[in-house]
Amino acid sequence: MAVPQLLVHDNKDTVGVVVIEGLKKGTDMLCVVTHDNSSFKLKSKMDVPIGHKVALVDIKKGDTIWKYGQDIGIAKAKIAKGEHVHVHNVKTKRW
Amino acid sequence: MAKKSKKNGKSVAKKNGSVTFQGWRRENGRVGVRNHVIILPLDDLSNAACEAVANNIKGTMALPHAYGRLQFGEDLDLHFRTLIGTGANPNVAAVVVIGIEDQWTKIVTDGIKKTGKPVIGFGIEGHGDIATIAKASYAAKEYLQWASELPREACDISELWVSTKCGESDTTTGLASCPTVGNMYDKLIPRGIYGVFGETSEITGGEHLARARAINKKVGDKWYKVWKSYQDDVIEAHKTDDLSDSQPTKGNIAGGLTTIEEKALGNLEKIGRECKYIDVLEPAEAPRKGPGLYYMDTSSAAAECVTLMAAGGYAVHTFPTGQGNVIGNPIVPVIKISGNPKTIRTMGEHVDVDVSGILRREMTIPDAGDALIDMIVRTANGRLTAAEALGHREYVMTKLYRSA
Repeated sequence: MAVPQLLVHDNKDTVGVVVIEGLKKGTDMLCVVTHDNSSFKLKSKMDVPIGHKVALVDIKKGDTIWKYGQDIGIAKAKIAKGEHVHVHNVKTKRW
Repeated sequence: MAKKSKKNGKSVAKKNGSVTFQGWRRENGRVGVRNHVIILPLDDLSNAACEAVANNIKGTMALPHAYGRLQFGEDLDLHFRTLIGTGANPNVAAVVVIGIEDQWTKIVTDGIKKTGKPVIGFGIEGHGDIATIAKASYAAKEYLQWASELPREACDISELWVSTKCGESDTTTGLASCPTVGNMYDKLIPRGIYGVFGETSEITGGEHLARARAINKKVGDKWYKVWKSYQDDVIEAHKTDDLSDSQPTKGNIAGGLTTIEEKALGNLEKIGRECKYIDVLEPAEAPRKGPGLYYMDTSSAAAECVTLMAAGGYAVHTFPTGQGNVIGNPIVPVIKISGNPKTIRTMGEHVDVDVSGILRREMTIPDAGDALIDMIVRTANGRLTAAEALGHREYVMTKLYRSA
């Protein structure tokens, strides 16, 4: 299998993790779901560092963010598919 | 290095039947993978004498630490339990304890003596450092020469006690290095090893999953009580804002982790798919319910947590890291596992098992688990870990509250 740029834990997830260094805006990323080894393509809308997350779908402000098939927080702003997802637009629901 | 370990991993971990290592069987039957003679200070005041003895007698090791005076109640109990547990650990052949006075020193030596191993204590008051150092040095020399002749014997892998705690986590720990440890536990716990995980604060966000991994409801309820009391007695009592400035840490955030939930879910990958924990331990408490996976109530700070697990009797530690935590322990080899290619590139000298192939889909999680088992066996046979070679000996007491 070709080396993926993005890994996703679960089919329910709305974010994936960049797993290569130096990912550039506009890359047509090979994305692999580790749970079942299924794959899909997604265009990155920004440069995103290794380990950081990318939205797999268009996310509205207030939407729950899913990773590992679990709730990991809430969107504090609108996030378009292919955009960087991190502390600037997602927060825990706990505090 | 990674290629070699992968190759050996297949030969060792996939072999049917027994897997053995060369260990030291101690007087109480436990098996150690190191043969240290330690010079153990009861308190901060005795560090200087202990370091002087270790300097006199080459091959012994002093374990300086910051506390031990005017502690009381549960905090003092934990201090004694940590010191006694450190001396009792099977990686330690013999112990010289030095304290400022005799009575608390005797509590520690008596505790270690229950294992049957050689231990002797010295109090400084009434003698001074110099006379104490001389007496303790004669004892340390005897112990060291005795320990140097102790033979190793073939021991089944089921006799290993293997702990885990991750550090400087990022999203790659949840994808690669933590599930590698989980796969190792899924393979070795059924063979009869003792395992342990902890990090009470860092389970926050995954507490529903952690509670559900208990062997039964009673143990799950006991776990939840420990977790809840940490929330109520520590976080709620002391917070000035919330945990969001500490959890996730700045390093975690740089590595791509956004929320405490995301961090906790990655952390819990360390206990695999099959394992259930069979009991909940106090900090530094030795497990008593037989082989299996345990939970220990610990801080998530790496050195505190590993020190407590070593005091609980664990002989090898597996430490997944994303951004590159460099921790070691004086008596327990700490095996570092990383899947972050940037960390492997920029600080690879700290990593024992490279599982970055998981991110490239060149290595499966079961392959990585086999590579880790192979490294555990090699480490038990004497291979020095990166942390040992680099001199990392972080020995850190957990302090529950201010001293009197």
